Amino acid sequence: MKFKGVFPTVVAIAFGFLVLAGYLFGVNAGGTPSLLGQLQLLILNMAVILTGFAILVGVFNLLIVHTGKIRHKQKGAFYSAFLLIALVVTFMLGLLAHYNLPVAKSLFGDAFLSIQLPIETSLMALLVVTLTYASIRLLHRRLNLLSVIFLITAFIIMVGTAPWPFLGDVPILSNLRAWITQIPAGAGARGILLGVALGTLTTGLRILFGSDRPYGGKNG
Amino acid sequence: MNNILLGLIGFGIIFLSVALMWGLAALRRKSPPAFREIPAFTRLRQAVGRVVEDGSRLHVSLGRGALITSQSASAMAGLTLLRRLAELTSAGDKPPIATSGDAALTILSQDTLKTASQASSQGVYDPAAGRLTGLTPFSYAAGAITAIRDENISASVLMGNFGVEAALLADAAERANIFTLAASDNLATQAVLYASAQEPLIGEELYAAGAYMDAGPVHAASLTVQDILRWLIIIAILVGALVQLLRVVGIL
Repeated sequence: MKFKGVFPTVVAIAFGFLVLAGYLFGVNAGGTPSLLGQLQLLILNMAVILTGFAILVGVFNLLIVHTGKIRHKQKGAFYSAFLLIALVVTFMLGLLAHYNLPVAKSLFGDAFLSIQLPIETSLMALLVVTLTYASIRLLHRRLNLLSVIFLITAFIIMVGTAPWPFLGDVPILSNLRAWITQIPAGAGARGILLGVALGTLTTGLRILFGSDRPYGGKNG
Repeated sequence: MNNILLGLIGFGIIFLSVALMWGLAALRRKSPPAFREIPAFTRLRQAVGRVVEDGSRLHVSLGRGALITSQSASAMAGLTLLRRLAELTSAGDKPPIATSGDAALTILSQDTLKTASQASSQGVYDPAAGRLTGLTPFSYAAGAITAIRDENISASVLMGNFGVEAALLADAAERANIFTLAASDNLATQAVLYASAQEPLIGEELYAAGAYMDAGPVHAASLTVQDILRWLIIIAILVGALVQLLRVVGIL
């Protein structure tokens, strides 16, 4: 039982160290890949293959969740049934398209170009409305100096980016937009990115040394 | 600067960080840490309490950060919070659900929920609680919105690598009158979430979730290490600017 918990931790830490060492000392002084660099590449390639298998597990998970919804007649079970039918049909079309059946190839392409792409584009368009509404709601939810600065800056950037009807590009607005994006927003973004980089470093180290174990087992 | 020297500098930074983290973690075990207050985490604790009291569910969305990319760190921070929240809500009627847009992340979320349920005597593990809702940004968002609306959710946490589609999730939660805490490592998404989420986290606050939710002394120590490294970077930038200025005026 104990071994069951320790083994994945030891494997994860060992492979983590090898990959890290590959990043640090992966290239010789002459610019050629060192043994550590080659090992790192091998491990990362193995990880890519495992990720491919994980997609299959993920799709299986999707099937289980939605079959359960239909079986228990939960809210939205109709949509789950629709999702499962679409999944099976697309899977079959993809399989047949792989064996060069012309009708299946064309239908498989159409499923993406005529169904998925327009739906995702529509959701993107919906996002414009959602964000405009969220900006108005922001003043209601958090009326403070930062929110006001946020909205004024967003407005200036918007009017400075879009060409005005009959006027075209207004130099004062586009110059103001350029100043905001390059100086205060650029400086702020760099500060935030440095913080994110430091957070990434410490999170990575916690996992590397087994303090955080997202692969099971008690956290240290 | 040659590659080996760069590697040694990198190794030095990592060694310093690890030494500080372990040293500070040992100190933290003796004295409790004191951090600045982040109201979002205080409200998250209150929301978790409500989840346990009213028998509703907690939803954690982990984003789409693939494990073999640098975006995985934000997903890992999300998994740490998921583990902690699953432990805190183990006394409730329903286990939390975790949605993600990456298959490997889904497997890890299931494992995290299972481990959290095993750690608690009252914990219930539901294999369908860790879900892959879609593999493209908007299909993932559409699937997660369905979970937010249909699963008796009263608190939703978005933590990981998201694109602008996170605004749709935050909006769905807002419409359902659900508490939302949202954080992403993506700059554009942070701006979007600032406008659309009830409790947005900015910058490295995402990585502080474990420390603020009492996930362990190492989390608290890693926050202090981040502060120390930040000061070192500030000093390096100031010294660099000063050296450059002295070169321009001809003193160096």
